[in-house]
Amino acid sequence: MSYDVIIIGSGPAGLTAAIYNIRAGFKVLVIAGYAWGGQLMLTTEVENYPGFPDGILGPDLMQKMRQQAENLGVEFIDKDAVEIDVNKRPFKVYTGLNTQIEGRTVIIATGAATKWLDVPGEKELIGKGISSCAPCDAFFFKGKNVIVVGGGDSAMEETLVLARVVNSVAIIHRRHEFRASQIMQDRVFANAKIKVLWNTMVTEVLGKDKVTGVRLRNYSSSEARSQNDSSRPFASNNNTKESEMPIDGVFVAIGHKPNSEKFIGRIDLDDKGYVIRHEQYEGKLLKYWSSTNVDGVFVAGDVHDYRYKQAVTAAGFGCIAGLDAEKWLDEQKG
Amino acid sequence: MSGIIFTDANFEAEVLKSDLPVLVDFYADWCGPCKMIAPIVEELAKEYKGKLKVGELDVDTSTETAQKYGVMSIPTLIIFKGGQVVSTLVGFRPKEALAAEINKILQ
Repeated sequence: MSYDVIIIGSGPAGLTAAIYNIRAGFKVLVIAGYAWGGQLMLTTEVENYPGFPDGILGPDLMQKMRQQAENLGVEFIDKDAVEIDVNKRPFKVYTGLNTQIEGRTVIIATGAATKWLDVPGEKELIGKGISSCAPCDAFFFKGKNVIVVGGGDSAMEETLVLARVVNSVAIIHRRHEFRASQIMQDRVFANAKIKVLWNTMVTEVLGKDKVTGVRLRNYSSSEARSQNDSSRPFASNNNTKESEMPIDGVFVAIGHKPNSEKFIGRIDLDDKGYVIRHEQYEGKLLKYWSSTNVDGVFVAGDVHDYRYKQAVTAAGFGCIAGLDAEKWLDEQKG
Repeated sequence: MSGIIFTDANFEAEVLKSDLPVLVDFYADWCGPCKMIAPIVEELAKEYKGKLKVGELDVDTSTETAQKYGVMSIPTLIIFKGGQVVSTLVGFRPKEALAAEINKILQ
């Protein structure tokens, strides 16, 4: 199988690129991944994507984007890309041992995945009281007491979804303020079911067959540290308090990590695993914005965007990568 | 959807007393990953026809059964054999992983 453009990933970035490239007359394949649709599949109401005055459910938005791409003739494979060979052209992407697909260009739009807490007890209890998807699992915690770990917009969303059904929800946040948008913070602070434990980390999840509690460490704000930072030993300090909190559920929303493992050694990544853009100029004029270190391989969305991470910015980056790939293909012809 | 619909009411007859092993997809309409796994479950239903009974259970309406089997996260797939739970798979899984698990049980 051979395509003009192979897009790896099927979130807003990948699907927008696909829509642009198919409309430019190219043969386009989206390697959607087993978990197609990306992070929006784990959300509920999306209120900040323009064009939907009453909001739209994340999974519905993704279904519509995919439908739009399919209607225009984009092909899809619902498997993961396991291997990519960009040493020579045409590029090759593998979805299994003997399934090689050739592409004249590749757009990497693999997005990002939930970052877990990485504390004792967590791995064993995922699905038994630990979750990263409040919209999916809030229902099972009706009338119960839960915590949400995190401080960004997604933590606020998880909290508000939970607050509709649970008895109480506590947000555990390692800093003394949220980085979430003001409107989300306002909603959280206005809800009597929600309380916040500032400057606090979860150090262990307790429970055998299901979550029964968590061990917390509270510290003064001056020594605030990263949830995942184990490189610095924790300074012994009188202000540090350890405690146990009985709880029925733990919802993790501490951020995401780029899905870029399979590109290690093939595409330039930064120290956190984000794909690095190498802009190309023609004289003083920007020629390609979304190019990587490999000529003909472009990038879009959360796999390179460590800053904005919105559905609408991902779609925008997807558009840029699509247009860059189009220009690149046109030049090859010329 | 994948065909058979299990509920609190028919669970004993359709699942626990089934001659064939049964795969139950615990899902809900509001759950994105459930939508991702639904077409895979549907394909499995076709491919294992005659060897495995496959169906879905809406946790929203069949709360009792979901609770009884400790479902706290969806999608959860549980495989029953002779009325007993033989495998529980929590969260989205690729088709190959599900097929491997089913094959292990059908052997």
